[in-house]
Amino acid sequence: MQYMLLIYGNEAAQAASTLPPAEAYAPWIAYTKALKDAGVMVTGDPLAPTATATTVRNHGGKRQVQDGPFAETKEQLGGYYLIDVANLDAAIDWAAKCPGAVYGSIEVRPVGMM
Amino acid sequence: MAGDQAARDAVAHIARASYGRLVAWLAARSGDIASAEDALADALARALETWPRDGLPTAPEAWLMTAARRRLIDQARRRRVRREAATTLVLLAEERDRAPADFPDDRLKLLFVCAHPAIDPALHTKLMLQTVLGLDAAVIAAAFLENPATLRQSLWRAKVKIRAARIGFVVPEAAELPDRLAAVLEAIYAAFGTAWDNGARAGLAGEAIWLAQLLTELLPTQAETSGLLALLLFAEARKPARRDPSGGFVPLSDQDTALWSGAMIDAAETSLRHAASLSAPGRFQFEAAIQAVHADRRRTGRTDWDAIALLYEALFVAAPTTGVAVARAAAVAEAQGVAAAAALLDALPADSVADYQPYWVLRAHLGIDRAASLTRALALTDDPARRAFIVARYGDAPQG
Repeated sequence: MQYMLLIYGNEAAQAASTLPPAEAYAPWIAYTKALKDAGVMVTGDPLAPTATATTVRNHGGKRQVQDGPFAETKEQLGGYYLIDVANLDAAIDWAAKCPGAVYGSIEVRPVGMM
Repeated sequence: MAGDQAARDAVAHIARASYGRLVAWLAARSGDIASAEDALADALARALETWPRDGLPTAPEAWLMTAARRRLIDQARRRRVRREAATTLVLLAEERDRAPADFPDDRLKLLFVCAHPAIDPALHTKLMLQTVLGLDAAVIAAAFLENPATLRQSLWRAKVKIRAARIGFVVPEAAELPDRLAAVLEAIYAAFGTAWDNGARAGLAGEAIWLAQLLTELLPTQAETSGLLALLLFAEARKPARRDPSGGFVPLSDQDTALWSGAMIDAAETSLRHAASLSAPGRFQFEAAIQAVHADRRRTGRTDWDAIALLYEALFVAAPTTGVAVARAAAVAEAQGVAAAAALLDALPADSVADYQPYWVLRAHLGIDRAASLTRALALTDDPARRAFIVARYGDAPQG
């Protein structure tokens, strides 16, 4: 079963971090490798900051394009992993190991099956 | 018709005794509690139709399981486009050749699913009562003073999440077990709590004891499980003495020990001894040990407050809650006097005790700011019997 790990964190705090990039990325590289080694990784990417986000609607046939993310929140969606594991318990275990869980939150969502 | 009635009785009896086992077995294979419940309800309805006509099957439980499983497989076939349904089919079919008479007991897995951290803690107890005991949502709602329709909705949503997010029907691994088990124990304790504080509610003490007993059978080497069972049995043993004939509240110290259930206290002591033999102390064992000392009054005629105060100290380390702190102060007052108790009470953070009724009752009882404490205590007391007791013992709150 596929689960999306949605990684939320405080963008401003991360931008203000003085950690050298190599040090900041190291845990993510290790985590991604662990997912691949375990054979559960489907895909995953970081997202560019919400300053680059555009929100689009097409309600009633009228296209509406708006600058900014869908909602202003304290923590912003900063990236995701798509993993394939046996059940929610296994997905929660992986989410708990994600570097993003140390400072932000990981939302675990089963991928819907049509 | 007599045959009809016999079949009906048989179905009712099996439903009570085996409901949880059957739901657990089906749900552990399909990951879907709601469908398991529906399939079992359907099988029970079929039993009511066919048993009076054909006579009772030799193995009624196995008959129900086969009928319910067939129903689940039929449903899954109809929804075959869905990947999750295909899994159900495979899992159920795999077990086709197993002798259904000795199907495994999956209730432990079901209990861990009901108290899963991904499920709202407020629903843990209610899910257990419904899925393991087959209790009707209306009965559960009444015990928790909730709206039955709202509760039915919440339980349904929880079951949808269990299925759709695929919460594992597994016994947690050793590293996780203490935390996960604590949630199961809490949920059982909460069921017992419905019978404790409010005399107006029917309460679910019997159901809670049944679940605790089941858990000790399923996890015999977990000390806290036996500790919880002991605690519930000690508390339930005093039930006949807790209210006077007119329904008035009788505090522990005034209770007639002859009204306590000796058999239940004996069972509690056996369970606590077993827990202690496992050398893994914990919150429920300390609470049960405190109750054991209270229960000794029926033999010795006195209460060993020094022992109780010591046990509360240990309990407070294991479970540093406001309730434990206040109960500990009450024990210290008995063992060492008011000054020592007042020092403990005054050390508690003001915001943690502001709305905590037992804190104000104890202050009034010990004569600390008596009038003000009594006013606060009465303002926080809902149960009429308890209110009447406080007024009778300490007087009404000063007016104006």
